[in-house]
Amino acid sequence: MYRILEKQVLSDVTKLMVVEAPQVARKARAGQFIIVLMHDQGERIPLTIADYDRTAGTITLIFQEVGKSTKEMGTMNVGDSFTHVVGPLGHHTDIENYGEIICVGGGVGIAPIYPIARELKEAGNRVTSIIGARTKELLLWEDKMRAVSDELIVTTDDGSYGRKDLVTTPLKEILDGRPGQIKKIWAIGPAIMMKFVAMTTQPYKVPTIVSLNTIMIDGTGMCGGCRVVLDDGAQFVCVDGPEFDGHKVDWNNLLSRLAFYRPEEQAAVQRFEKDHECKLDRAIANGVK
Amino acid sequence: MATLTQKERMKIPRQDMPVQTPEDRVRNFSEVALGYTLEMAKMEAERCLQCKDPHCMEGCPVEVRIPEFIQAVRDGDMAEAVKIMKSKNNLPAICGRVCPQEVQCEARCILGKKGEPVAIGRIERFVGDYELANKTLEMTKEAPTGKKVAICGSGPAGITCAVDLARLGHEVTIFESLHTPGGVLVYGIPEFRLPKESVIKAEIETAAKALSIRILTDYIIGRTLTIDELQAEYDAIFLGTGAGLPMFMRIPGINFNGVMSANEFLTRCNLMKGYRFPEFDTPVKVGKKVAVIGAGNVAMDAARSSKRLQSLTAGANGQSGAEVHIVYRRSSAEVPARLEEVHHAKEEGVIFDFLTNPVEILSDEKNAVRAMRCIRMELGEPDQSGRRSPVPIKGSEFDMEVDQVIFALGTSPNPLVFTNAAGLERSKWGTVVANTDNGRTTLKGIWAGGDVVTGAATVISAMGAGKRAAADIDRFLKGEFDWQS
Repeated sequence: MYRILEKQVLSDVTKLMVVEAPQVARKARAGQFIIVLMHDQGERIPLTIADYDRTAGTITLIFQEVGKSTKEMGTMNVGDSFTHVVGPLGHHTDIENYGEIICVGGGVGIAPIYPIARELKEAGNRVTSIIGARTKELLLWEDKMRAVSDELIVTTDDGSYGRKDLVTTPLKEILDGRPGQIKKIWAIGPAIMMKFVAMTTQPYKVPTIVSLNTIMIDGTGMCGGCRVVLDDGAQFVCVDGPEFDGHKVDWNNLLSRLAFYRPEEQAAVQRFEKDHECKLDRAIANGVK
Repeated sequence: MATLTQKERMKIPRQDMPVQTPEDRVRNFSEVALGYTLEMAKMEAERCLQCKDPHCMEGCPVEVRIPEFIQAVRDGDMAEAVKIMKSKNNLPAICGRVCPQEVQCEARCILGKKGEPVAIGRIERFVGDYELANKTLEMTKEAPTGKKVAICGSGPAGITCAVDLARLGHEVTIFESLHTPGGVLVYGIPEFRLPKESVIKAEIETAAKALSIRILTDYIIGRTLTIDELQAEYDAIFLGTGAGLPMFMRIPGINFNGVMSANEFLTRCNLMKGYRFPEFDTPVKVGKKVAVIGAGNVAMDAARSSKRLQSLTAGANGQSGAEVHIVYRRSSAEVPARLEEVHHAKEEGVIFDFLTNPVEILSDEKNAVRAMRCIRMELGEPDQSGRRSPVPIKGSEFDMEVDQVIFALGTSPNPLVFTNAAGLERSKWGTVVANTDNGRTTLKGIWAGGDVVTGAATVISAMGAGKRAAADIDRFLKGEFDWQS
């Protein structure tokens, strides 16, 4: 069992959990992910490692409640346990001193970009970070990102905080303003954001690494459900990734594969919410505050 | 029963095992074969001639003392039958269900020369199930040796090796990458052939508990722990990590939605219990027209699971027009699956398209499979495997309307395992090079057996390899020999 030691509500739909998983923490590196199974009837949910503490034997997970499983996970509290946590999975980020680099984090993707930005900074890079979300409410870890970046740009889609822009606008400005200076770019966020980041940087020929979170089961190369189509053939996100050259990814294939189980996901969410409301109704009827 | 003459024994017909009818069983995931009653098992046991020089045992990779346990069943002494069985095989309920007895023990049975062989597998299963229900045997272990052994993988090879070593007094830890022990028995073989809770979990848990075997799930060798770390902590290591990597054909369209490996499809069904979605959270999709590519046991499992999912999703009336095809490039004579599996699949309505090979998968505007372009094949000269190799017939392409394609083309070992294992030699197919007699690899103190050495094979051959390695590891730990690969 893997105990939840800390829980933070970062927004209505974004939760942070510090989980006891010493065997994962001792090996975890920036860029890797884990798989969580909440209970015996649950799904195996891949989540990128947002942080880790080898001494304490803990890992930090940040997730957005989008499907049935993440909504259910959001209801778990300190003291509760996941039945299974396995990892670390995938390759870690290639950290070295590239010179000047940019880290782009979108929404809940800000969490996994953080340890990458931190390690790149520690390796001597000049780090410019661009973080964005739909609204101010969904923005997270601005302070932490600022602490590991030489420069931080914040955007929101609706202008409720920072610049009213998509992350790609300041990204393009930097690439135009500092021609040839940016050596590498990392982008983590919703697939559609990563697609547009890759499209933005392509004309400038700046290597752009994206971290993909596709549908998978085992996370060890067994099922092949996570395969992503690249220019030179398909690869498995779980063992070959999760980081890939964003300019080589077939984004349309990726987006359609991500949508494959959407009807089932929606049905599961509806069922979960109905069930949840019923329980709440019953509790209220029974006079529980 | 009074003692029978050999002639009388030979007149007893081979006892059929009750099964769910095809009409019933395609609507559920419950076990197809229901097992013998005690009367049936005793009657079948009466058929055994108790040969002075029995050949059946030569066909068994783990050398079960077959005539002896059958005699005990005949005598009605089930505790004795269990004891004899477990002296060689600790997982009889599993083996009785999935061993290809028709090419092993039963193939050597003298009765098979003129009629039908003794149904050794069915009696074995009865003995295994009897023990799971009655727990007559207390498994004992020898005094602790103080030696520590790491077993990587909890499939048939690993479990067998672990049990044998634990009985000899060694301290055994099993590392399993998934969340449930059992390996391919749990993620690959469907519930309707091998029940997960009542058989696998029960048989593994009983053995692990009795022998104090520590099973650590969620440990991926190569990621959570590496082989060099295990070497530092354990006196011996056994690799039974199987062949988990799926193969896809190199044809256009394999990444459209609806194209998947049998591994994914079966793992969703079996390990994650997708057929019980939404009670279980992992969904599994089935098409209206499913093509399973390949004709091995895994292909049969995928096809038969598809049939069941089609009936379940369509409700009680069945789905009109739903079809499941096995698409195989060779002919019926070359089918590698067990006869019984093919027979069951046919009974359940699976359609076999022989001498047919996919060349391209076609999609609709939403990136989902809509058809599979195939080409007809004919048999040419025998290839290296001795089977006549299929050759495409020019101009015979045609489109098969399907909305799901499942590749069951075999699997290869997962290279993840070999992270930080310098010196561990592997073949060009990615399998570990190991001595077939004793399982020794090219690295001192590391043994390997099962699919990771042979490539995808049978449960019992993996168990045999686990057993041989266990015996050799024991001799090594007792200092009976100096290591030589």
